[in-house]
Amino acid sequence: MAALTPVERAPLSFVVPVVALAGAILGLFVGTANGSGLMGILIGAALLAVVSWAMIVVIKNERVARWGLVIAFAILGFVLGSVPGGLIGLISGWFFGWFTFWLFESRYRMRLLPYLTPRQVLWHYAFRVICGAIFVFLITPILVVIPLSFNAQDFFTFTPEMLRFDPEGYSLKHYEDFFTNNEWQRSFKNSLLIAPIATIISVTLGTLAAIGLSQAHVPGKRAIMAILISPMIVPLIISATGMFFFYSNIGNFLEGTLGMNKTFVGYVKVILAHAVLGVPFVIITVTATLVGFDRSLTRAAANMGADPVKTFFKIQMPLILPGVIAGGLFAFITSFDEVVVVLFVGSASQKTLPWQMFTGLREQISPTILAVATILVVISIALLTTLELLRRRSERLRGMSPG
Amino acid sequence: MSDTAQDGPMLAADGTTLKQSLARSLRREKMRALLLIAPLLIFIFLSFVVPIVSMLFRSIENSILQDTLPETVVALENWDDQSGELPDEEVYAAFVRDMLVAVDAKTHTRLGTRLNYEETGMSSMFRRSGRQISRLDPVEDAPFKDKLIDIHDGWGDVNTWAVIKTHAVPYTNGYFLNAVDMQRTPEGAQAQPESKQILVKLFGRTLYMSLVITGFCILLGYPIAFLLANLPMRSANLLMILVLLPFWTSLLVRTSAWKVMLQQQGVINDTLVWLGLVDDAARLIIINNQIGTIVAMTHILLPFMILPMYSVMQTIPPTYVRAAKSLGATNWTAFWRVYFPQSIPGIGAGSILVFILAIGYYITPEIVGGTQGVFISNRIAYHISSSLNWGLAAALGTILLGAVLILYWAYDRIVGIDNVKLGG
Repeated sequence: MAALTPVERAPLSFVVPVVALAGAILGLFVGTANGSGLMGILIGAALLAVVSWAMIVVIKNERVARWGLVIAFAILGFVLGSVPGGLIGLISGWFFGWFTFWLFESRYRMRLLPYLTPRQVLWHYAFRVICGAIFVFLITPILVVIPLSFNAQDFFTFTPEMLRFDPEGYSLKHYEDFFTNNEWQRSFKNSLLIAPIATIISVTLGTLAAIGLSQAHVPGKRAIMAILISPMIVPLIISATGMFFFYSNIGNFLEGTLGMNKTFVGYVKVILAHAVLGVPFVIITVTATLVGFDRSLTRAAANMGADPVKTFFKIQMPLILPGVIAGGLFAFITSFDEVVVVLFVGSASQKTLPWQMFTGLREQISPTILAVATILVVISIALLTTLELLRRRSERLRGMSPG
Repeated sequence: MSDTAQDGPMLAADGTTLKQSLARSLRREKMRALLLIAPLLIFIFLSFVVPIVSMLFRSIENSILQDTLPETVVALENWDDQSGELPDEEVYAAFVRDMLVAVDAKTHTRLGTRLNYEETGMSSMFRRSGRQISRLDPVEDAPFKDKLIDIHDGWGDVNTWAVIKTHAVPYTNGYFLNAVDMQRTPEGAQAQPESKQILVKLFGRTLYMSLVITGFCILLGYPIAFLLANLPMRSANLLMILVLLPFWTSLLVRTSAWKVMLQQQGVINDTLVWLGLVDDAARLIIINNQIGTIVAMTHILLPFMILPMYSVMQTIPPTYVRAAKSLGATNWTAFWRVYFPQSIPGIGAGSILVFILAIGYYITPEIVGGTQGVFISNRIAYHISSSLNWGLAAALGTILLGAVLILYWAYDRIVGIDNVKLGG
């Protein structure tokens, strides 16, 4: 921020009513929870009006006023509703302290352009609040699962003990169930077997094809691209239906005519199906990386006597590796997360983790699903971090400043 | 540019003309590119395109009648199904001969199941009659007409023979007619009875709910994409994590999270009751109906809307809006007349993507949709795994695939398929 907009303190006649209004909203929720919404609004507005006036006029020192408010609200909340109430009091105390001085010192104006009208300023912050609400919508479902997975009861919701932060209300038993239950372990192992093999197939074939596609003269490039990307576009249920008919014939052939082991054939079917689904992601990410690839590097290598294979492994591969790994991660997560196709193509011995979760959600609802979900969220955070690091590395290699 | 020392065409180092030499090297380059692509293309073709095409074929394929009752089908050709009279002895004799072979090969029950899709009761009729027909002798026990009617009343019903005659074609439009709530009858295509008409309604609901979900995604995605595109890079990247984390989280995790949130004893209802906004006795029913499907799928598909919108909005120069404002436009006018038209490609790309994904969704509606919030894909799955009416499932899938391909084509026109970006 180069220059802050010069500001002066806002008048009390502006700060006190606004804080009171915010207090009324909080009062509405506390009030309805305790019986009367109207009383809540009145008490909340009056309380916050007095508090903000006292903080500005009586105490004057911002630090003392804000700490005082946090402690006062925390105690008030604890008296009204023990531990959870105290926590809410703590948060709202911090918020109102910050809010009052944010308004009073006109900090809200500081980082905005000087010529904005009050209504534009109001809209600016209203827009931020709307966006905040949407972000909450995006992220809450994922965050809610995590504490619930430590539930000591077999419930899918917060028990009173959990809300009191009573250690009795929490346990690791759902994790224990996941790690000891045979069904879950078998499906987990199946997922760990199927996903990597499918990924290797789609990455190997996909990278080769992407390199071919990025050559200057490829006849029918658009048509080929359309066919290679189609597994991503065709709805999974249709792919699954088609593969169901087709792979059952193939399976009968392999088992009946060639006399192969039934379980082995089952794995082959699922792995091939998943490899197909992963291909478009590899193609898309690797071709995107190849767009930024400097062709003169391969020519230089050829000029110095390297054969095409050596050029590929020594020059091209290290440079496009971030794209290949990113595509591989996409392919891996596609297979690891896939349930429709495996449901149709696989048999019980190929039950994967998502399949087990799906039946768990549909039939016997067990909170072990939440423990699994938490583990998967942690895995996806790890994948996301890896991808972000790869992206930065790839931009650094290409001489762009990482954003 | 002629060289004085050389007459005729320019030559390459090996003595061939330059034109030929260039053409050869171009050809070689093409071959190399195609060789690199070939393994994957063959793989995709064999394990994806062929299965899909064979599914399309299955939706019209109908050789079972001619395979199981070859003689009957020929004999029935001389019978007029409009006459209201039963076919003559020749047909019954042919039928018994066919059935004796079929019962030996145990294919008559499959035929019964097939005909049961068209006329309820056929399956049990074939199964029961099969056992008794197998005791008849094709020569000595003639005539068969009365004996068959004794075995099962159905053989004395003109309608039974009319159904057999109607469906005795190697390729049928019957499954497609069924898929749009019609049926193949001796008098041509006709509407199904009222009580059986569910599929058109289901197609309608799938389209309607996908549109609603796309609409909500635009409403919620636009502000976020706008905010991300206009924030400084560093904070935008930080907030981007909040969009990408749901995108990367397993679909099953998000679906189970919504199950946890939306249940009657779930987090949302508990919070509302605790706040006193909803009475404990009147908890909201927001799962196992359309609301549940719409809320959960909007959440799941929202990143697919935000990411294309964001990549389009990033390219809109901020100076345009500033110029509009300095020329006297109000905030709203500057946004609506200058910024918004430039962001429309992003909305288009995101909408088509979300819509394509939404109409084929299976898992989420199955878990949070109950009976009122399911899509056509759930019906396909039902026909594959429960009712085993694979022809109808294939016909429904073909219609759905057609719709998706049209949208895909539109997407390719608007965005270009090579411009698909993943993960921002």
